[in-house]
Amino acid sequence: MDQFTLNLLFVGGSFALYIGIAIWARAGSTSEFYAAGRGVHPVTNGMATAADWMSAASFISMAGLIAFTGYDNSSFLMGWTGGYVLLALLLAPYLRKFGKFTVSEFIGDRFYSPTARLVAVICLLIASITYVIGQMQGVGIAFGRFLEIDATTGLLIGSCVVFAYAVFGGMKGVTYTQVAQYCVLITAYTIPAVFISLQLTGNPIPALGLFGEHTSSGEPLLAKLDQIVRDLGFAEYTAAHGSTINMVLFTLSLMIGTAGLPHVIMRFFTVPRVSDARWSAGWTLVFIALLYLTAPAVGAMARLNISELMWPNGTDGAAVSVEQIENDPQYAWMATWQKTGLLDWEDKNGDGMIQYYNDANADLQAKAAENGWQGNELTNFNRDILVLANPEIASLPGWVIGLVAAGGLAAALSTAAGLLLAISSAVSHDLLKGQLTPNMSEKSELLAARISMAAAIVVAVLLGLNPPGFAAQTVALAFGLAAASIFPALMMGIFSTRINNTGAVAGMLAGLVVTLLYIFLHKGWFFIPDTNMFTDADPLLGPIKSTSFGAIGAAVNFAVAYFVSGATKETPQEIVELVESVRVPRGAGAAAAGH
Amino acid sequence: MSQNQQEQNPYWQANIRLITISLVIWAIVSFGFGIILRPLLSGIAVGGTDLGFWFAQQGSILVFLVLIFFYAWRMNGLDRKYGVEEE
Repeated sequence: MDQFTLNLLFVGGSFALYIGIAIWARAGSTSEFYAAGRGVHPVTNGMATAADWMSAASFISMAGLIAFTGYDNSSFLMGWTGGYVLLALLLAPYLRKFGKFTVSEFIGDRFYSPTARLVAVICLLIASITYVIGQMQGVGIAFGRFLEIDATTGLLIGSCVVFAYAVFGGMKGVTYTQVAQYCVLITAYTIPAVFISLQLTGNPIPALGLFGEHTSSGEPLLAKLDQIVRDLGFAEYTAAHGSTINMVLFTLSLMIGTAGLPHVIMRFFTVPRVSDARWSAGWTLVFIALLYLTAPAVGAMARLNISELMWPNGTDGAAVSVEQIENDPQYAWMATWQKTGLLDWEDKNGDGMIQYYNDANADLQAKAAENGWQGNELTNFNRDILVLANPEIASLPGWVIGLVAAGGLAAALSTAAGLLLAISSAVSHDLLKGQLTPNMSEKSELLAARISMAAAIVVAVLLGLNPPGFAAQTVALAFGLAAASIFPALMMGIFSTRINNTGAVAGMLAGLVVTLLYIFLHKGWFFIPDTNMFTDADPLLGPIKSTSFGAIGAAVNFAVAYFVSGATKETPQEIVELVESVRVPRGAGAAAAGH
Repeated sequence: MSQNQQEQNPYWQANIRLITISLVIWAIVSFGFGIILRPLLSGIAVGGTDLGFWFAQQGSILVFLVLIFFYAWRMNGLDRKYGVEEE
């Protein structure tokens, strides 16, 4: 059986499973559509939240970004897990106690203001749509690879699948489907990593193999990797190169953003009890950690494999020949990925070999002049293909490659569906039913929910054609926006009775606007290419890149809310009582009634 | 007035204390050991690199896990101690 059929079999089989589950658990009422009737066990909920959470960014993109940068991109690992500590300690139990469907409902009620709710909805929509762009990128790459077409066509096909998939299920369908998706994606991520770890270090656990010994050289794996990338003129893998301030702010933005993302917070509305909301955050992190502890190993080992493939005779020997790339089955993956337009090479100096090195490095420029090289000849290696290409790079059996394709799609689909659900509930439940047409019937609310999903996909596809970065970087921008707008409002709403309606609205708007401005200045207005005034290589504010600005936006939000609240009227007594009731678990069952 | 009530509420105070301790640990392992204090830990070798690298790529995640379960366990205990658990 050829690889194409095998991929089709795995992807088709996993899709049939998800659709089957979605039909079996179809949402009948609006309450089931949004919150699955609050009957989901913490472990099940944790697994579904993990699938919801781990998107194309975690599965497809993250290990690639770590592989090509090394230590500096550890921010993704710490940021996207550390946020769960904030979520579990500062938000989840209280929002569950409050007992409504959506994040903006809490903000609207706590700050006793329809304006606050509207502003929250706008913040949620902006963050979620940016996030969906990143997912669509991942979907495009995965579909591009497994259908062997270019990534843009892959994106268009993928978006139709995502739409069909998200529109038919609500939260309940999505919860059980996501449990299945978690199982598919974690298997798909772990199996190739185990194989590769065994090949390179003899240790079956990739997380331990990363700090283990490279069997063929007898040196520690990371020391060997450091030496190879140094020989090729690249920055040392384990060393810090970027600015410390930027790394701290970036990590913090990802953490706060995690705790401010509507589709993640929404999951904690679906557990039966307040104490379960606390456990549920822990279980979610257990399931996420299974992937996140493996990811850095995947990155480092792939980087080592790629470097050795390009220099089969060692970094002092001859580079790989064009003939070998074209004929040796070990290099067949390069031709396959070339079709997606995400990998390319060119024999610039016509010596029949492909030299892969850092042509911006002075030492290597000297070596190149000596050997007649005319620049790096591995001209394009999109970071986002690394995880999907990884089993092929390591010459693993065909079924592993098919499994990884299915896993990547599971990750992208589950998150895209969760986000679309958050977007649709923001529009139909908060905007239409909550503000514009309160007398809307359940049926037209569901219809509006589905129409807004469709609109969100169209916007995401249009913007996803020219994305502002690699998938994980686009997603990081979404986190910055959520960090600057939603998280501070939620946290102050619970931990301070002094923050009032005016303060919260001013804070959210200030946080959102400064962050959005900073992002647009660096990534182009509305992400339209070439409209940016600064670049992340040389940012406006010292070392602070646009992906790291969310933490500063959050600080602005807190400060503005504090000072504006201080200058305006105190919160009314009934709101103080609401806050006090949210702080204790007792009576949670009674609060669960809908809007 | 009710600000005072809250401040005097021993359940809420115990919760705030627990949150503060947990978040201090959270910040030390990630921002501390993983990033800012990494140069200080560079003498401690771990599998071909140093302890700071391990904290940045694995250690902090493991500590986060322990923190969340510890907090859930302690809080569920506090709920019962102060009689505010769910019926």
